[in-house]
Amino acid sequence: MAETALLNNVEPPARAGGWRGIAADWSSDQRAFKNVSWGKAMMWIFLLSDTFIFSCFLLSYMTARMSTTVPWPNPSEVFALRIGDKEVPLILIAIMTFILISSSGTMAMAVNFGYRRDRVKTAALMFATAAFGATFVGMQAFEWTKLIMEGVRPWGNPWGAAQFGASFFMITGFHGTHVTIGVIFLIAIARKVLRGDFDVGTRGFFTSRKGNYEIVEITGLYWHFVDLVWVFIFALFYLW
Amino acid sequence: MTNVALEAQQHSVQAHVHDSLASGTAHAKGQQHPIKLYLVVWGWLFVLSTCSYLVDYFGLQGHLRWSLILLFMVLKAGLIVAVFMHMAWERLALIYAILLPPALVLVFVAIMVFESDYTHLLRAVFFAQTS
Repeated sequence: MAETALLNNVEPPARAGGWRGIAADWSSDQRAFKNVSWGKAMMWIFLLSDTFIFSCFLLSYMTARMSTTVPWPNPSEVFALRIGDKEVPLILIAIMTFILISSSGTMAMAVNFGYRRDRVKTAALMFATAAFGATFVGMQAFEWTKLIMEGVRPWGNPWGAAQFGASFFMITGFHGTHVTIGVIFLIAIARKVLRGDFDVGTRGFFTSRKGNYEIVEITGLYWHFVDLVWVFIFALFYLW
Repeated sequence: MTNVALEAQQHSVQAHVHDSLASGTAHAKGQQHPIKLYLVVWGWLFVLSTCSYLVDYFGLQGHLRWSLILLFMVLKAGLIVAVFMHMAWERLALIYAILLPPALVLVFVAIMVFESDYTHLLRAVFFAQTS
């Protein structure tokens, strides 16, 4: 009796930390990421590959900007908006930044309520995140429209180096696509949360696997990554 | 016998909890942290974004501008990855697997800086508008 009780409730041995832990985790001939599920590990690895894509875009932008002999258009003036009778530099981009950060905040809290199995709050916060994301894409569409009306094209613009348009459309376009996909992803998962799929163990549509609330955290990883990329775009493209 | 077993079991559970707290690993049931933590990070992200916007608003130039932009960028990115994406609570095996490869992009950056300096030099020598 006593022995079976011990066997059934035996806790996994505490794992080593530090460099010894890394060596143990990677050399164990099993799985390297011990307490991370495959879904979360794959999302991280996907985000790593996405990091390289955005790195390449930002690098090509850097190369274009450093190697051109024509002055680069001043983003502070290009993205200024006239409010009243005063030109406010970069104001639309600043608002977009705050909106995206807020969406990250609501997403982080949605993950938290997801693990507490609070369906309504989780879904509400995810829908709020999606709404912020949709607002962001809307403002980006406005920004693109404004610039195209002013004559910015991938091959030229009225203010300076011709590569400005190509870099701008490529980088912000790819980021906006990510935000749009994220909004769709969020709405789909929020609907499942609200319906209680993860409480009753409904099987998913594609893999026929039963989901759990970890998918909220995985969705969150993607969403925070989109915010993370914007941090770099904001600093390197708009402010530099 | 049963009492001894129970005691031993409780002891091992306590030791495990203590270990996991000490080594900062994630809790057994997903990532659970107080909401306040997220709100504080959210607030800091707002402050840092405002700071980087003010760099442009006040029109700071030169090395001060670039170093401030990069500083605020790195701080914001660090907060998002560490707290919002829970990287601070993951095991080192995952942290290094995900964070080291992007760091190598800096080598690529260095290569392209040399390359674009060279291209710029050639353009200035051969293609600059003569006035």
